[in-house]
Amino acid sequence: MGTNFSLDWIDYLVMVIYFVFVLGIGWTLKRFMKDAKSFLEAGRSMPAWVAGLAFISTNLGALEVMGMTGSGVKYGMLTTHFYWIGAIPAMVFLALFMMPFYYGSKARSVPEYLKLRFDEKTRGLNAILFAVMTILASGISMYALAILMETVLGWNFHFSLILSAAIVLAYTYLGGLSSAIYNEVLQFFIIVIGLLPIVILCLKDLGGWSGMQEHLKPIVEAKGFAADTWTTTWKYTGSAKSNPMGVEWYGIFAGLGFVLSFGYWCTNFLIVQRAMSAHSTTAARNTPLIGAFPKMFIPFLIIVPGIAALVLLNMPGKGFVLPQSAAGQPIYDYTIIMLLKQYLPAGALGLGITALLASFMSGMAGNVSAFNTVWTYDIYQSYIRPVTGNREADEKHYLFVGRMATIFGVIVSIAAAYLASMFGNIMDFLQTIFSMINAPLFAVIFLGMFWKRTTGHAAFTGLLAGFLIALLHHGLTFPEGADTLVKGGWIFKLHSYPVEMAQNFWTAIFGCATSAGVAVVLSLLTSRKKSDEELRGLVYSLTPRSMKEDVPWYRRSTTLAIAVLSIAGVLTVLFW
Amino acid sequence: MGIDIKFPIGLMFSILGLILTIFGLFTNADAVLYQRSLGININLWSGSGMLVFGILMLALAWKSRKTKTK
Repeated sequence: MGTNFSLDWIDYLVMVIYFVFVLGIGWTLKRFMKDAKSFLEAGRSMPAWVAGLAFISTNLGALEVMGMTGSGVKYGMLTTHFYWIGAIPAMVFLALFMMPFYYGSKARSVPEYLKLRFDEKTRGLNAILFAVMTILASGISMYALAILMETVLGWNFHFSLILSAAIVLAYTYLGGLSSAIYNEVLQFFIIVIGLLPIVILCLKDLGGWSGMQEHLKPIVEAKGFAADTWTTTWKYTGSAKSNPMGVEWYGIFAGLGFVLSFGYWCTNFLIVQRAMSAHSTTAARNTPLIGAFPKMFIPFLIIVPGIAALVLLNMPGKGFVLPQSAAGQPIYDYTIIMLLKQYLPAGALGLGITALLASFMSGMAGNVSAFNTVWTYDIYQSYIRPVTGNREADEKHYLFVGRMATIFGVIVSIAAAYLASMFGNIMDFLQTIFSMINAPLFAVIFLGMFWKRTTGHAAFTGLLAGFLIALLHHGLTFPEGADTLVKGGWIFKLHSYPVEMAQNFWTAIFGCATSAGVAVVLSLLTSRKKSDEELRGLVYSLTPRSMKEDVPWYRRSTTLAIAVLSIAGVLTVLFW
Repeated sequence: MGIDIKFPIGLMFSILGLILTIFGLFTNADAVLYQRSLGININLWSGSGMLVFGILMLALAWKSRKTKTK
C-alpha cells in the first residue's frame, strides 16, 4: 500500500468553504482598521473567551499537532508531560501573577515591557531576536506543511507553499491582529471537530482504551520497557532507563515543568499578545485560564491516536505504514495524516485535512501578527522613525508600516521555507537556538517583575550570559547516537544524554540558572536607574493591589485557576 | 472589535454540517466507502454533530445580539 492518496470533490468542497470563511472574516474586519492600535493590538477589545481560545489555537500549530502525534508513537502517554506539567502550571502563573503587569503596564509588546521595566538595550536585544526567530519559525512550519502536502497528497510543493502563504497574508493584511484572533477561534473548532473522528475510530478499532493497553503489552515489552509504559505518565520516571523519554522525574519537573514551560508560556510574545488584546485586566488574566481548559484535553485528541498508531504499525493485517525518510527511518511526524487516510472516507477526510491546514494557518498567522507588532513598535518606532507628536498622522503612518511589515514578514517566511527545503539540518539547529533564548528571558522577566532591585545592566548581561551558557552546554554534550554536529557536541564531546529531549531540558536549565545568577549578582553590584515611581505597575511590590474583580465569583481568575489546577491534578492521578 | 465571531462560526459549521449530513445520507448504502471507518457512516455522524454545534452558535449569536440592542 502506497503512502499517496487522493481527495474527492466533497473533500475539496469542505476545504473551499473553510477558506471562504477565513477570507470573509478578514474582509469584514477591513473597515475597522483605522489606526495602528486597531491593526496591531486588536483595539484591546477582545472578550476573554475569544482571546482564550485564540491563545491556545496559536500554540496548536501544524508542527505541534504533527509533532505531538509523532511523540505519542515514540513516548506514549509520557508526552502528556508537555501539557499537564509542562503547560498548565505556567499558564496559571502567567494568568494570576504576570498578566496584571503585562496588561496594566500599557506595554504593547513583551519587548516594550522590557523597555519600561529595564532599559532600551534590553528591549532592543529581545525585539531583534524575537523578530528574526518568529519569521524563521513561520518559515519552518510553512516548509513542513508544503512537504507534507507533497508527500501525502501529491500536491506541488511550490503551489501549496504559495497558496497557503497568500491566504494567511490576505486575512492578516486586511484585518490585522483581530482577523488573526477571530480566525484562530474558528481554527480551534475545526481542528477539534476535524480530528475527533480519528480518535473515536482508532480506539474503537483496537477495542477501546483497555483493548489498546492489551495490544501494547507485547510491543512495549519487546522494546525493553514495562508493559504499561506507554499508557502511564509518572510511573516509570524513577530512572531514566525505564522510560522511552530517557529523563527522570526531577528532570521533567525542573526542565519541562519549570524552565521550558515558563520560558515559553510566560515570555513568548506570540502567546502573551493574545491575552494583551483582551478588553479588561480581568479578561486578560482569564485568557490563559480559559485556554487552559481545552489545553488539558488536547492530549486525547492528538497523543492518543499516536499511541494507537504504534499498535497499528505492529499489526500487518491493518496495512498501516508510515512514509520513510531517505535514510530508511519512519517519519513519525506523518502519523496523524496517515491515520486520517487509514480511517476517514471521503467527506470526513476533507474535514480532517482542512483541520491540518487550519492548524498550520493559525500557527503562521500568529507568527506574522506578532512579528508586525514587534517590528512596528519596538524596532521601527524606536530606532527608525519615532513618534512625531501629530497623533492622527502617526497612527496612519504606523498602520501603513504594520501592513507593510505583514507583507514583508510573509515574503521572508517564504524565503525561510525554501532555505529549510535546502538545509533541513540548519533549521533543526535554529530551533535549538530558539529554545536557548526563551529560558534566560523568563529568568530576567521574573526577577524584574518580583524584585524591584533588578537593574537594566543586570537584565541585559543576564540574558546574554544565559544564552551563551546554553549554547556552551549544547556544544559540550550530545544525545547518544547523534550523527551530526547539529545535535550537539560541536565543541567537545564531554557528556552524553540517552535521548535528545534530556539534552534539551538540561540546556534550558543551565541557561535559566545562569541568567538568574548573573542578573542577581549584577543587580546587587549596579545601581538602579529607574525610580520607584517609574516602576509602579511594572513591579509586584510597587504596585498597589487594588485587584478587586467586579465580576461574579465563578468568573474570577482565582476560581478559574483552582478549577484548572484541580482538573489537571485529577488527570495526572488517573493516568499516573 | 466590530463583529461577533459566534455568527461566522455558527454559519460555517451549519453549512459544513448540512453538506456532510446530506452526503452521508446519499452514501449510506455505500459499504465500500465506509469500509475504512469500520462500517460507521462517519459523515452522517460528524455532519449532524457539526449542524447541531453550528445552530447552537447561531442561537447564541442571535441571543447576544438581542441583549445588546435592548
